[in-house]
Amino acid sequence: MWKFLLPFAAFVALVVLFAFGLNPKRDIHALPSPLIGKPAPEFALTDVLDPSRVVANSTLKGQVYVLNVWGTWCVECRVEHEELLAISQQHVVPIIGIDWSVDHGPGEREKAKQWLERLGNPYSQVAFDQEGRTAIDFGVYAAPETFLVDRQGNVIFKHISGMTQEVWEKEFLPRIAAAGKGGA
Amino acid sequence: MNRRSHSRLLALALAVTVTLGLAGLGDACAEPPAADLDAHGQLQNPELQARFERIAKELRCLQCQNESIADSNADLARDLRRQVREMLSAGKSDDAIFAFMTDRYGEFVRFAPPLSPKTALIWGAPFLALLLGVAIIYRVVRQRSRMPLDE
Repeated sequence: MWKFLLPFAAFVALVVLFAFGLNPKRDIHALPSPLIGKPAPEFALTDVLDPSRVVANSTLKGQVYVLNVWGTWCVECRVEHEELLAISQQHVVPIIGIDWSVDHGPGEREKAKQWLERLGNPYSQVAFDQEGRTAIDFGVYAAPETFLVDRQGNVIFKHISGMTQEVWEKEFLPRIAAAGKGGA
Repeated sequence: MNRRSHSRLLALALAVTVTLGLAGLGDACAEPPAADLDAHGQLQNPELQARFERIAKELRCLQCQNESIADSNADLARDLRRQVREMLSAGKSDDAIFAFMTDRYGEFVRFAPPLSPKTALIWGAPFLALLLGVAIIYRVVRQRSRMPLDE
């Protein structure tokens, strides 16, 4: 009996392992964020469009918001931009942008301004992370990354790589509904 | 090898080093100049530098995943090296630095994750496999030793 069952069980175990491991829909480079369920890191940065203004997430307490980390150097961010624009048109929750300057130069701000003027601006506010420190605090390793923060200021979801309508509808909207929204 | 070809070789090596160094510089221009951190963000204290090198080798560059932040040229790796240097010069312990990284990036950022209930299987699997092997050998040997010797 065992002689037959043991190899068979091993075979089934392998099938399950492969079904999971080789699933083409699973992004093997996407890592679970340790921030889920934890308070979103505080930041207070200058506004990309108006350096005299401060963008700080402390002002967003009590609101559900989306936080999108991007940069003009990031190809996928360009692709995602159209999607973000469409999503912002739905006025569900505010989308906060963090423009991540990887070269730490001031040039990124100018490029980001031009990008938003030329392509449209889906963000209610865009912060300029010239030093890349906010990106590190959020554990961002590959832009674009998009976070969902609830009314208590906790990160409840993170999406790595470009936003799409599908991801928005499947992953974000239900969680926003569950979190009780909070004004766009 | 005579003296002359020696010095020629030296000159060549120097030229190559300088060229490579310059090429690297273009890339690293973004690296803020090094003070405790010097004017280039490098650690002055050799003890801290040694710790820095050890820690940097222990941390994965998540952009490239199979390189450490010590080896990687990625922008994020450069920023994380800056972070480690700053924390060292601020007198932070190794554990505090690793905790800073895992709080943000998860256990995967460490090449050798610490033993915890979650990682127990990773560390335990080789021993489990060994035990399994021993058990199988034990059974097989016992079975065979019970067989009649008919040859």
